[in-house]
Amino acid sequence: MPTLREVRNRIVGVKKTQKITRAMKMVAAAKLRRAQGAVIAARPYARGMKALLQHLLPSMEPGTEPLLTARPVKTLAVVVITSDRGMCGAFNTNIMRAAQAHMATAMPDFRTSRSVRLFLLGKKGSDFFSKQQLPIAEKHPGFFNHLNSGEAAAVVRRLIDMYLRGEVDRVDLVYNEFKSVAQQRVIIEQFLPMVPEVGAHAADTHKGVDYIYEPSQKDIFSALLPRYLNFTFWKALLESNASEQGARMAAMENATENAREMIETLQLQYNKARQAAITKELLEVVSGADALKA
Amino acid sequence: MFDRPFAVEIITPEQTVLKVQAVSISAPGVQGGFQVLYGHAPLLSSLGPGKVQVQEEGGVTHVYATGGGFLEVRDNHVIAMLDSAERVEDIDVERARAARDRAAERLRKHDAHVDAVRAEAALHRAINRLRIAGVS
Repeated sequence: MPTLREVRNRIVGVKKTQKITRAMKMVAAAKLRRAQGAVIAARPYARGMKALLQHLLPSMEPGTEPLLTARPVKTLAVVVITSDRGMCGAFNTNIMRAAQAHMATAMPDFRTSRSVRLFLLGKKGSDFFSKQQLPIAEKHPGFFNHLNSGEAAAVVRRLIDMYLRGEVDRVDLVYNEFKSVAQQRVIIEQFLPMVPEVGAHAADTHKGVDYIYEPSQKDIFSALLPRYLNFTFWKALLESNASEQGARMAAMENATENAREMIETLQLQYNKARQAAITKELLEVVSGADALKA
Repeated sequence: MFDRPFAVEIITPEQTVLKVQAVSISAPGVQGGFQVLYGHAPLLSSLGPGKVQVQEEGGVTHVYATGGGFLEVRDNHVIAMLDSAERVEDIDVERARAARDRAAERLRKHDAHVDAVRAEAALHRAINRLRIAGVS
């Protein structure tokens, strides 16, 4: 049985922790709102880009655009998007596990053959994979502390360059998609060569309309490609960022709740110990008085 | 005929900038600027850096500096997907000047580390912003 003072100290300690987790939850909630707003604000553009791509794609002759042409994969680049900060539950663990599993399926001998190149965005992933004997092409710890489209575009440009130079034959993204505040989904998505999903309904809306193309379909398409890739990458970053805040909010909510339960149990223990001490003292007083009487 | 309104949307990766009924929109096509009025034929154009001007149904005019993008016209519905759209009122002249000078400096140096294509694009953007803001 812990002493009264010990229990009291623990209650104070847990209360302090609870204060921190509650504050972190509030901060995450505020950041989440902003991140979520950014994801939602980007949707019309995303829709437009996709529609445009599907519209122009049929005009492209297969094999003419290297960014669209798949080749045998000898080297695979994997872009792993994690967070900079912890305290967000299984957010990062899920991503790192998925990334490893993905590498193991795509490149069964990836640990020995140096057939993968890692691009690590976010401190957590950088730390984790740095400890393993895998070729890291780039790591950006602290990427989300100053998330901006310029830096993202620079990474995309380097990925495209590597792909065109033949240093990698495929680029995959691994990131958390924002489903809801409480739910994230790990997405593994091929980035290069591009695999445009051909949606039937989008193609229909453009069918039968005789467009004027300025300058030409092909030129518009080559102007669209880099923008599309940039935006796809940027969107993955926004999704991951929103997911991170959501995950942190949920994790901190749980932690605050656990702390509350813990305080309750400790308080009960404290009350019991206090009651026992009083009873004991009373007993001593009474028995002392009895002894005097006798 | 020329003052009948049609739908205009200007969207960027960050947000929907403008969604109005307008009577006219002009944009910097890569092969030269053009204007779209009611009843324009279906068009798909890529845009270069320049000025996008929208005249709303009541006379209000919006002017944006853009870095480029795409514009689609179909059934009297215009969607402009721009890399960036900066309201002319919001252009920070000092910053644009500084950006222009920085980019020019980078190009002058011919350093191996300098991405010439990028610097040139930055230079064009800055000059474009200044031109639209009406200063140099």
